[in-house]
Amino acid sequence: MIEEIGRTTEGDLIINVGPQHPATHGVLHLVITLNGETIKKVEPHLGYIHRSIEKMCESLSYRQFIYVTSRMDYLSSHINNHACALCVEKGLQIEVPQRAQYIRVIMDELTRIASHELWWGAMAMDLGAFTPFFHAFRERENITDIMEKTCGARLTMNYMVPGGVMAELHPDFQKDVQRFIQLYKSKFEEYNELVTGNIIFQNRMKSVGVLSKEDAISYGCSGPVARASGVFCDIRKLYPYDIYNKVEFEEIIETEGDSFARYLVRLKEMQQSIHIIEQLLGDIPEGDFQAKTKAVLKLPKGEFYQRVETARGELGVYIVSEGGTTPYRIKFRSPGFSNLSALEHMVKGLKIGDLIAAMGSLDLVIPDIDR
Amino acid sequence: MFLKDYIKDVYGAIRSVLKGMRVTGYYFTHHKEIITEQYPDNRETLKLAERFRGEVVLLHDEKNEHACTGCSACEIACPNGTIKIINKFDISPDGKKKKAIDTFVYHLELCTMCNLCIEACPTDAIKMAQTFEHSVFDRSKLTKKLNNEGSKLREGIE
Amino acid sequence: MFSLENITRIIHEWLNSHFNPTIALVTEFILVGVASITLFALLGLSLVWMERKVAAVMQIRLGPNRVGPKGIFQTTADTLKLLMKEGLVPDGADKFLFNLAPFIVMIVGMLILAPIAFAKNFQIWDINIGVLYLSAISSLSVIGILMAGWASNNKYSLLGAMRSGAQIVSYELSAGLSVLSIVVMTGSLSIKDIILSQQDGWWIFKAHIPALISFIIFIIAVTAETNRAPFDMAEAESELTAGFHTEYSGMRFALFFLAEYINIFIVCAIGATLFFGGWMPLHIGNWQAFNHIMDYIPSSLWFFGKTLGLIFLIMWFRWTFPRLRIDQLLNLEWKYLLPISMFNLLLMAVVAIKGWHF
Repeated sequence: MIEEIGRTTEGDLIINVGPQHPATHGVLHLVITLNGETIKKVEPHLGYIHRSIEKMCESLSYRQFIYVTSRMDYLSSHINNHACALCVEKGLQIEVPQRAQYIRVIMDELTRIASHELWWGAMAMDLGAFTPFFHAFRERENITDIMEKTCGARLTMNYMVPGGVMAELHPDFQKDVQRFIQLYKSKFEEYNELVTGNIIFQNRMKSVGVLSKEDAISYGCSGPVARASGVFCDIRKLYPYDIYNKVEFEEIIETEGDSFARYLVRLKEMQQSIHIIEQLLGDIPEGDFQAKTKAVLKLPKGEFYQRVETARGELGVYIVSEGGTTPYRIKFRSPGFSNLSALEHMVKGLKIGDLIAAMGSLDLVIPDIDR
Repeated sequence: MFLKDYIKDVYGAIRSVLKGMRVTGYYFTHHKEIITEQYPDNRETLKLAERFRGEVVLLHDEKNEHACTGCSACEIACPNGTIKIINKFDISPDGKKKKAIDTFVYHLELCTMCNLCIEACPTDAIKMAQTFEHSVFDRSKLTKKLNNEGSKLREGIE
Repeated sequence: MFSLENITRIIHEWLNSHFNPTIALVTEFILVGVASITLFALLGLSLVWMERKVAAVMQIRLGPNRVGPKGIFQTTADTLKLLMKEGLVPDGADKFLFNLAPFIVMIVGMLILAPIAFAKNFQIWDINIGVLYLSAISSLSVIGILMAGWASNNKYSLLGAMRSGAQIVSYELSAGLSVLSIVVMTGSLSIKDIILSQQDGWWIFKAHIPALISFIIFIIAVTAETNRAPFDMAEAESELTAGFHTEYSGMRFALFFLAEYINIFIVCAIGATLFFGGWMPLHIGNWQAFNHIMDYIPSSLWFFGKTLGLIFLIMWFRWTFPRLRIDQLLNLEWKYLLPISMFNLLLMAVVAIKGWHF
């Protein structure tokens, strides 16, 4: 995994980390310049999983391009689809029925919990503890089973369409989600005992990879990475979409900006997601699950932008339309790309073991960065 | 003072360590928590969700009739050219030429199971089956013809 | 009643009555050698299986369960696979040292086997400085590790070996001091004497608080000495290569792998002997009836039961905790374990002199 490619004239060592990783980071290739054991420079080389999604979308119609975005950040696939559907609805001025809005938000929050669960397991595995990974997957399995019953797929659910959702909820949905919430609450204490309170985990994560508030803003970080440094940037509060302005939840802010703060932010966000689901689950209004739209969608000429809060940060969908059935240009502003740019600043001067901990706390999904 | 902090450190560390061990010890002693599905052995009892997106199939009833009129709505809705409808012209009993479906070509190797074709079909002729074991040794087996031999369109469907 | 000492006595008498004493002695040497190699092989296989099953159940899954009933032949299959792999010697490596290193680690393991008492009167060699011998010989394994790191001609192997060496040498101090505290209570270094002195109860119960502290420090120190998680930074998988045994493949890697599990068995055997009485059954003071019942269980069963219990404890540590960074590791030893164990030795001496033990 690590090989030496050369020495610069000052006696520094250049090594490669990746692109194959033992942990679930994906194909990230970092070229690190070391002086002894201290890191001097970190350069990410991207593009190993570039599939030209944005170019592909130029030949697909507005109904068809949504499924491709599931594969961008595959851990928050519902949220990606939601963003695209919202952008198209913005262009066409479609009114989404209340029932569809409730369903969309519940699915979003379930996806957020599933994504944070996988991050938790992968981060513990990076630090050397192999057991929390399996426990995290047990919880995630419950969520994907719920998704499978309603949407039909477990990872890349193509469930949101412009105008609402694709199909009616499965009759067992509410019962299953209630059961999941009960189960989850009892497991949360275990997570704290096994990982958060453990003195070894705390020592590995505290004061590692500190990102100050000004740096977080200047690098364009968003999501839990920025919130751990004290930046108030939750899109669900600042630019609410669907019914986020009607639910009550807290925006989790920590101020230290180290890996442990990022860890705590994500853990508490999981609890807030459960809170949101509990508020909405009981009173999903009756009605249509999809607004009536024309068979062929044509956005008027112009530019449309929509931002949502994925599990990683702010995802932006920017559609330029020339009035036809296919978009002229689509651009996705991915959260991972900006978060990754802060990595070098965070780990300068630390050892390689700390690089792994800091990278784990950033929660990178490489297909999201490379698209 | 230093001694007090030192002892507090040690005590706190040991307590957190023991708490963590209690969690794994609990899982070691409770074997009922094991959730592994013994996959190849449980094929008979495995039940997938009914909306599970396995592969596209054309529904045939007992009289070997299907509901596909050959309108190509699914072919147009598919984002990556997985479906190809080949039509032929039947001569109906009163001498009129009617369009009917000759072959429904389905490329399983290209399908992304996005469900757009099922949504687009006006007569509910196709649905997603619950098979998931698609691997074959020969790639040409993945290009399937979905309408059975000798099947024809059910009466009364437009 | 079944007892291993009968077997050795019968073989000894049979050999001496049929051959002259020298040949009988040499034959006994060969038999002991073969027996210890067999023990190693069996132990290695079953400990790896045990680790995989324990890990699996803690991670809410089943472990190996297809190769043989409950997967007991899994390790045999893995060893066969390793034997068939090509054993590469890297270009530029010191061939002699490269080939010698795994054997040194194995030989050290076998040498330590000598004073350990597996059952009543079933000890290969009861010398009067048993504990000192164990301490001294276990330090020799560092040579094997450093040899492996140096001879690989690989900068990262050398780095890993150096780290490993530093870790082992530091933690030996605490382990040695914990062992010393029990010797203080017993008054003798010979393993047989230590076990016999636990006739009326194990030291961990008799010398209550100091022995408990000693035991905790001992367990932490030997987990670090055998390079097991949470102290396995030197061979961590998701970090800098695999440490000193990166360049080893095939049979040589199998030897290192096996030697690690044998080391765990040995240090747990030492811990069981010192703190839990070795082959001595659980006796409580002078409750004659209870002690008599406990004596019915064969002593080899007591010994292996206690050792397996301690091995399970070490495996439990591995699957619960993450890794410590190298500076945190050395910090733990020099700032926490060493002072506490020195203080504990003082405490134990006071307890021994004043007679405040049971």
